Parts: sequence; C-alpha cells; structure tokens
Amino acid sequence: MFLSLSLICLTVAVLLAQVNKMTAKPIADAKAMKLQNAISEVVPEFDNNPTAEAFTMPDGQGDSLLVYPAKKGDQIVGYALNSFSNNGFSGNIQIMVGFDMEHKIVNYSVLQHAETPGLGSKMSEWFRDAAKPSQSIIGRDLSKGALAVSKDGGDVDAITASTITSRAFLEAVNRAYTAYLESKNENMTGTAAHSGTGITETTQSDSSPETNNNNEQDTTSQEGGNNNE
Amino acid sequence: MNNNLKVLINGIIKENPIFVLLLGMCPTLATTSSAINGMSMGLATMFVLVCSNAAISMLKNVIPDMVRIPAYIVVIATFVTIIEMLMNAYVPALADSLGIFIPLIVVNCIVLGRAESFASKNGVISSVFDGVGIGLGFTFALSLLGAVRELLGTGKIFSLNIYPEQFGSLIFVLAPGAFIVLGFLIAIFNKLQKKEATPISKS
Repeated sequence: MFLSLSLICLTVAVLLAQVNKMTAKPIADAKAMKLQNAISEVVPEFDNNPTAEAFTMPDGQGDSLLVYPAKKGDQIVGYALNSFSNNGFSGNIQIMVGFDMEHKIVNYSVLQHAETPGLGSKMSEWFRDAAKPSQSIIGRDLSKGALAVSKDGGDVDAITASTITSRAFLEAVNRAYTAYLESKNENMTGTAAHSGTGITETTQSDSSPETNNNNEQDTTSQEGGNNNE
Repeated sequence: MNNNLKVLINGIIKENPIFVLLLGMCPTLATTSSAINGMSMGLATMFVLVCSNAAISMLKNVIPDMVRIPAYIVVIATFVTIIEMLMNAYVPALADSLGIFIPLIVVNCIVLGRAESFASKNGVISSVFDGVGIGLGFTFALSLLGAVRELLGTGKIFSLNIYPEQFGSLIFVLAPGAFIVLGFLIAIFNKLQKKEATPISKS
C-alpha cells in the first residue's frame, strides 16, 4: 500500500519535472512578450530595450513602481510605468501607463484586474475612447493637476455603474505620475541615461528613502559609475 | 467497438455531466461568461478526464483499495498541472481569463467521479471513450451556456457581433445570469430527453 503510493508519487514527480523543464522557457517568453507589448503600446516609438533598463522609483506613498524608459537614440522620449491600485472593486489592479516628456499620457494598458466583467472590466477601453474626450485620459496633461472622476470634482467621466473601479484606475494613473515626475527629475539632474546600470540602480533606488532630496543625492552618487551603452 | 460508441454517446446525452448528473457546477457557473471561455474550460477538463481515466484504468490493479482516493487525486492533479503549464506557455491569454479555475479542475467532482465509478472498473479503451464522452458532454454544455449568456449579455457569440451591445442585459454575464440560464437549459434538456426516450422504450 505504502509502496505503491510512493511509487505513483515518484513517477508523477519525474513526469512533472520534465514538463516543467519543457515549458519553463515558453512561459517566460510569453510573460516577457506580454510586458514588451504593454510597454510599446503606451509610449512613443522607441528603439531601445526598456525592460533591460527598467528601474524602480518611489511613488510618494511608500511604495515603488517599476519604470521602463523609452529612448530614441540617447534621448528619452517617454516612460512606461507599471502602476497599481489596491482599491479596485475586487482588489488589486495593475496597469501600464505611458507618459511623454510633456507630462501627457500617451496611452495605457490594463495588465491585471479582477473587476466585474461587463462593468469594471470596461476600463481597458473606456478611458481611451478618442471619440469621447470627457472620459478619455489620452493626451491629458497631469501637470495641471491630478485626475479625478467627475463625481469627486474632477473632469473624467467614470465608467457607468463602476465609479469605484474608475476611482481606483485614476488613483493608479496619478500614482504613476508621481513616479514619472521623480524619474524625470532624476534624469535632468545628471544621469543622462539609465543604461548599463539597470540592476544596481534598481537596488539603489529601491533602498533609497522616498524624499526628493535623498533621491537626488542618490542620483549624484551614481553619476560616476554610469556608462552609456 | 459498438459498446465503446455507446459509452461515448452515453457521456454526451444520457449522462451529460451538467444537464443530467449536475456535477462540476462551480466551473460551470463561474467560467461561462463567454462562449470561448466555456469551451476552453470544457476542453481542458476533457483533456484531464481522458488522461486520468486512461491512467487510472491502467493502474487499477496496482492501486490498493485503501489508498485509491489519494492515488486518484495524485494522478488527476498531475494532469491538471501539466495542462496548466502548457496553457501558460502557449495560450497565455486564455490562461489569464480562466485563472484559478484551471488548477481547480483537480477538485472537479466529474473527474474524480468518473475515475471512481468508471475507470476503476473498466478497461483502458472504454475508459478513454468514457473520458471523451463525458468531456464532450461537459464541453458542449459549457459552450452552450457560455454562448447563451454572451448573446443575451453582450450581443455576441464567440466575440462575433449579433446585435448592438447596448441592448444586452448585463445580468446574464454576471453570476445570477449563470443560474438563470443553467436552469432554463436543464429544463429544455430534460424536456427533449423525455420526448426522445418514449418511442425507444416502446419499441
């Protein structure tokens, strides 16, 4: 009895290990592909590899966001930010939102959510309907103030019957904007490009306190070791 | 062979897991918000059913009676894990939309039920046919349920527009719609089956 059960489990373990080995690469590829697609959807045209140059940036609320810089030549043309909100109708919402260098939203893409199908799930299209400027956030300039739904005194029309989802979505966008400003500041205060130092930079800015001041110090300390591609 | 065919048809109509046996209601109600989701859930379950039925009927003499349930669960869980990995690797979009319900096939009572009531008593070939039959019945039921809900809720079937979306009634995409549509489908299925059954019993 004991023996046969152990034998079955052993065979199964070997089989699963084999399948895992076979599918590990395609799974990783599919994930990377999804990320890559989400990035290229939300930022202006670029010719670098944003995932390789990703770094984290504090969002001003105690968390850090992953930032993917999009560059054309050596010039940064925009940032894609992986932002989130925990205030969705059904929990966590993950979005990728892209800004150009003029504080304007280029596009966004919803990465992960558990909102109600047919209601909250409409957010993946609702906020970029070019025909309806009162609900579209594309091209909005966030330096004029954070986005809010019209119910809260803002000028973005919430999804019909999904105000909570809409609030959470806009919260994620505003969170991304905070991190975008930080990234832009850091870029202007010296580090011309983030290339080459991707990994070390990630750990550095991850551990750095959120205040702007400290962040700038962090930047200057990096300047020396920064190599272009 | 004729017998195998009977087993196959049996799974689709006479013992349809959804409309007759009323097994596996959790994935049925939860994943059928669109026809394509229902169909892929059905196909994934069918794959697991066929493989686990085959494996269990092969192992039925090796597995001692006392530990048969754990042994079945291990076998079923293996195939579920395999299909989950394969889906993640090759159809990630689908894996995303089915989410937690793929791993949950492990506890789907259809799979364990067929292992216990059919595969453990029959040969490999008829067990495979039983798996295919029950799997097709499940897939058919889920696709139908998904198609009806999608049509009434959003005006589409398999994402093809039938009528404009704003005339759709959202409740059918949400949970209550699943219960309503399932109830009506079971009623229709029973009605049709009775009609079919009467002349056969007379002859």
